[in-house]
Amino acid sequence: MSSHEQDVFDDDLAPGDEHSQVLVGVRGYAVGLILATGLTATSFWVAATHSLWGPGVPIGLCVLAIAQMGIHLAFFLHITTGPDNTNNVLALAFGVLIVFLVVAGSLWIMANMNGNMMPMPMNQMNLQMQHG
Amino acid sequence: MSGPATRADHHPQHDPHKLGRAHGGGHGGHGHTGPDTKHTIGAGEHGPASKRIIVGYGFWIFLLSDIIMFSAIFATYAVLHGATAGGPTSAQLFDLKNVAIETGCLLISSFICGLAMIAAHERNMLWTQIGLVFTGLFGFIFLVLELKEFSEMIAEGAGPQRSAFLSSFFTLVGCHGLHVTVGLLWLGTMMAQIWAKGFTQPIQRRLLCFSLFWHALDIIWVALFTIVYLLGAGQ
Repeated sequence: MSSHEQDVFDDDLAPGDEHSQVLVGVRGYAVGLILATGLTATSFWVAATHSLWGPGVPIGLCVLAIAQMGIHLAFFLHITTGPDNTNNVLALAFGVLIVFLVVAGSLWIMANMNGNMMPMPMNQMNLQMQHG
Repeated sequence: MSGPATRADHHPQHDPHKLGRAHGGGHGGHGHTGPDTKHTIGAGEHGPASKRIIVGYGFWIFLLSDIIMFSAIFATYAVLHGATAGGPTSAQLFDLKNVAIETGCLLISSFICGLAMIAAHERNMLWTQIGLVFTGLFGFIFLVLELKEFSEMIAEGAGPQRSAFLSSFFTLVGCHGLHVTVGLLWLGTMMAQIWAKGFTQPIQRRLLCFSLFWHALDIIWVALFTIVYLLGAGQ
């Protein structure tokens, strides 16, 4: 079966499948590159500048990173919300859930454990916890 | 062109979201009596999905599990970030200019990889090979910069054995670097295979998997440079 026929008869898409028109495909990657570059540049600027409110910087950086991951998924990996992509999106959603549980759960538990530590002599304290 | 809407016109009773309607359905004429006849478990209404979709989906699940593995290393790093044992902290160590160049290299590499996949889709040998060469070149520059950073840190006495923070740093960044190295080896193999065998269906499937792998590495790097370098340098 030729690839054109496959395009017509498959309602499912593999993640990363190419668009059948070259120019449309190139345009998609170019838009993704421009958006990702913009977000990266903004991230580095936010981290370097002193003109922003300090405590907001980490949250801003996380938002920028999540936005850039979304750009990569949409424009480079071609994950869409269409019905042909349901399986890919569901697998991704499950992966994101596990990642969230692992990271948030570890930080939560370890913060609790540090909070409940027995008081220690000062030099050992330094080994255990040293917040910069 | 192939959207579910067209299908729904022919078979209004069919579920357009159902898996695996690969062959035959649209040809009509041979009396569809609904999904109950010749129903195979997991094969949808019209037989299993094409191999390209199954391979791509399987590799996608592998990538997600790889990302979950990275999340555990990220969590370790986040927990141990403050445990510097009196040694150098992240704010003293990281050089953001170097990281910015690394980020640019990986992003451009990912972009060119996408262009190479378009060329491969069009079965254009010259442009596919050129695209893959530049994909690998930028990936290689990234790797050289990262190894340079590592060796400078180790020379300053900030090696992985210095503190728990540095152990987790080298594990996390090194694991990503290891993935890039494996990706480069895979890239070289693919270039040789395309050259030797042409754009056959198996080669196209392997290229699809490679491009997914390469783009996923870039996504992990986005999390990495934000959490490790940008947040670390600011503290």
